[in-house]
Amino acid sequence: MPTIVVEVMPKAEILDPQGKAVAGALTRLGHNQFSGVRIGKRFELTVDGPVTAETLAAAKTIAEDILSNSVIEDVVSISEAK
Amino acid sequence: MRVGVITFPGSLDERDAQRAVRLAGGTPVALWHGAHDLEGVEAIILPGGFSYGDYLRAGSIASHAPIMAEVIDAAHKGMPVLGICNGFQMLAEARLVPGAHGRNDCGTFVRRDQKLIVENNTTAWTKDFTQGEEIIIPLKNADGRFVADADTIKRIEDNGQVTFRYVGMNPNGSLDDIAGVSNEAGNVVGLMPHPEHAVEPGFGPDTAQAMRSGLDGLKFFTSVIQSTLLAKA
Repeated sequence: MPTIVVEVMPKAEILDPQGKAVAGALTRLGHNQFSGVRIGKRFELTVDGPVTAETLAAAKTIAEDILSNSVIEDVVSISEAK
Repeated sequence: MRVGVITFPGSLDERDAQRAVRLAGGTPVALWHGAHDLEGVEAIILPGGFSYGDYLRAGSIASHAPIMAEVIDAAHKGMPVLGICNGFQMLAEARLVPGAHGRNDCGTFVRRDQKLIVENNTTAWTKDFTQGEEIIIPLKNADGRFVADADTIKRIEDNGQVTFRYVGMNPNGSLDDIAGVSNEAGNVVGLMPHPEHAVEPGFGPDTAQAMRSGLDGLKFFTSVIQSTLLAKA
């Protein structure tokens, strides 16, 4: 099924307690090579029929209006799944 | 006065909010998220809870519920709207109040009787408080950290839109200790703590006088009833 992938991340300056908790766990487990973790979201939007410029534009609209909140998050990518 | 309390899938505190309205002398009206009908109410409460399981972002899916079209329209026309906890998150997601909410900085759910200072007693929901009054009402949330960019924080501080601030300790890492904010007009107020849980002797926060006797939440509901009566007079 043709799929559009939208990725959303918390803004860099916004505290990410989830990522911080995971980073703390990694340190406790001895994985000291990773200095930080930030957790975002990946949405897979399936499309009936081919992915077109129009469906990509619609995906961009919902990515900005519904899937993310621009006060705290950035849409980092919108692309057709390969 | 008829005050609507909207139930969303996953709302928890709508009956407490209805009871608070009744104890304050108003008539609560149960409204349903899926309807396009405010049933002639003169004020609206978006209650606490975990609408849609906090999926996507807390309050985000509910902020697009059918009845929210009418709520947003009424809010822009000046109807008093109070968002409590999850309701505050809905107001922010609907852009009726500034800012947004993130996970508590401590990473856990927090429940405590929280001291607040009333920073603006001119809003529709705070008129019965005195400016600078300290109150204690219960707080219970996981995503209560108020966030906004620096320009927005400066603007709402300058405009007096910071309605409540945490006192003594900041339970969730909210910027500037902000516990509640209003829109520019002051008819829409959102806050994380739960005034509807401090309205009835025996069920409120502890006070120096007696256990569970705290009634500081009642003034939210008497305020809106008073200010609506005054507007009519």
